Amino acid sequence: MSLPSGIFQESYGQDMAILRTKQQWIWLLIFLAVLFTMPLYSSDKIMTLATMMGISVISVLGLNILTGYCGQISLGHAGFMAVGGYVSAMLTANLGWPFWAALPCAGLAAGLVGILFGLPSLKIKGFYLIMATVAAQFIVIWLILQFRGFTGGTDGLAVPRPELFGYVIKTKGAYFLLVMIIACLATFFAKNLVRTRVGRAFIAIRDNDLAAEVMGVNLLSYKLLAFFIGCVYAGVAGSLLVHYFAFADINMFPFGDSVWYLAMLIVGGMGSTTGAIFGVITLKLLDEAMILAGPALAAAFPAIAAQAAASLSLIMRGLVIVIFLIFEPRGLVHRWELIKAYFKRWPFSV
Amino acid sequence: MKIDKNVRLSIKNLSLSFGGVNALSDVSLEIKDGEILAIIGPNGAGKTALLNCINGFYKPQKGEIYFNGKRVTRMRPDKLAKLGIGRTFQNIELYTGLSTQDNIMAARHVLMKQNFITGAIYFGWARQEEIQHRRIVEEIIDFLEIQSIRKQVVGALPYGMRKRVELGRALALEPQILLLDEPMAGMNLEEKEDIARFIIDVYEGQGETYPDTPVLKNGIKNIILIEHDMGVVMDIADRVVVLDFGHKIAEGTPAEVKANKKVIKAYLGE
Repeated sequence: MSLPSGIFQESYGQDMAILRTKQQWIWLLIFLAVLFTMPLYSSDKIMTLATMMGISVISVLGLNILTGYCGQISLGHAGFMAVGGYVSAMLTANLGWPFWAALPCAGLAAGLVGILFGLPSLKIKGFYLIMATVAAQFIVIWLILQFRGFTGGTDGLAVPRPELFGYVIKTKGAYFLLVMIIACLATFFAKNLVRTRVGRAFIAIRDNDLAAEVMGVNLLSYKLLAFFIGCVYAGVAGSLLVHYFAFADINMFPFGDSVWYLAMLIVGGMGSTTGAIFGVITLKLLDEAMILAGPALAAAFPAIAAQAAASLSLIMRGLVIVIFLIFEPRGLVHRWELIKAYFKRWPFSV
Repeated sequence: MKIDKNVRLSIKNLSLSFGGVNALSDVSLEIKDGEILAIIGPNGAGKTALLNCINGFYKPQKGEIYFNGKRVTRMRPDKLAKLGIGRTFQNIELYTGLSTQDNIMAARHVLMKQNFITGAIYFGWARQEEIQHRRIVEEIIDFLEIQSIRKQVVGALPYGMRKRVELGRALALEPQILLLDEPMAGMNLEEKEDIARFIIDVYEGQGETYPDTPVLKNGIKNIILIEHDMGVVMDIADRVVVLDFGHKIAEGTPAEVKANKKVIKAYLGE
């Protein structure tokens, strides 16, 4: 169905490959080359934006596994990021662990907390599960505030910057490279996971949980596994976020972000690794555009300047979600597939 | 309990009720090795409820189910699948977002060994296993003659094709016993003939035509079939069990059942 035109497979291994032609390999290498040389010719502002995008991509890839593939909608993803962020912050700041040891621990801790809040998923579905995951968000933040002796509470916690063989990663470009390496690995793992046994079990649960159980999928363990994997991604993203600012603060993990991550999935296309990346890039760029448009709008309509500057971004965010749900519920990735199909069949496409 | 080696599945005094409604009352039956058993009966007789008890969907209040001499009553469906009970559904229950090939591949779940870590790494172990199971899936696709829809998402397929994909998915589980819930419902004569042929071919086994797939090579020697089309039942079933209002009212060869007064009464009234 999505084969490049005129390409024939001669083995099942070839048929299952994601990259099938030389051109695809070349495009990938060009993309990676551009991506990893970006610090050489990009301003700090672009580096900041791209780093934030990278961190969000990691987080949304996790949410995509949990929500897009396994069908367990979570509105507590920023809360799970907070678990990762604070575990990493406490390990490095309070116990003096190196970043490289704290990062996997952050992922693991968030994953375990994810399993805990995933437990209701066997009994409750849909709307009610969403409420349970919202609880995760608020409970995590509440706990961080309660244990101020370890977490710094509302004061936050200063976090050391990561070090690599004695070199402190403190320039924006260097941190960008760190985030992008992890984001590429995260994409690689996510893409492979969903096309093999475990991923098919997740999709089976999403599409028809009763049939999945009859076909031998243990619903509880696979739902919990989806929570675990999704939250490991969130934890890693949280850790990277905290170390980027060299500071951990509860305001870095607001409930609004949890909603916004879900919006990124909707805009990009649920149940697609490419879609998750598209969604993050599109909505992050929208945010930036709104920041630029705010002052211009305020100048044009001085009477509502104060309100406009404060609410423009929120209004646009809501509008984008509504527009996508109505006109392109399958997300940008669907559009992307159509465009690819058009050029594949050209000049026979209409 | 005396275990008869030839009895694959035995159901003893099974009763199932929903509130005040008795879906099944005191139903007992056995399926022996090497037979196609048909369950027939008017609408609401409890045929699907019986199948749902066998594969763990419903938890019967009374009675026991033994599979290969082992007590499996009230076991979870996924454990029963692992033991070797496969089924299709009356209303097709496929994974609508997956392609035909992936739907069938998804049924290989219990037979595959990779976990989420090897799956995420993909290259090496997981890839090897995927290829090995893909070969089997392709044989099932060949057998069911659905090569042309291999890569199509099943949600968009026509009814008859989806029925076939579902049969393929049940086969891919490599069950010892296959439960088919109205596999021919809503089909025209030609489609019914196709499905009947698949059932008989599965039962008989296809030998070296499908060398990599044990289930096609050796066949499935125990099939329970719910079907309304009497012509089909008379042709392919070795034995028929008749249910009416949750009671077993008759059991025997198709010819015996056909002549049974109670059965005629259940179907046609007084």
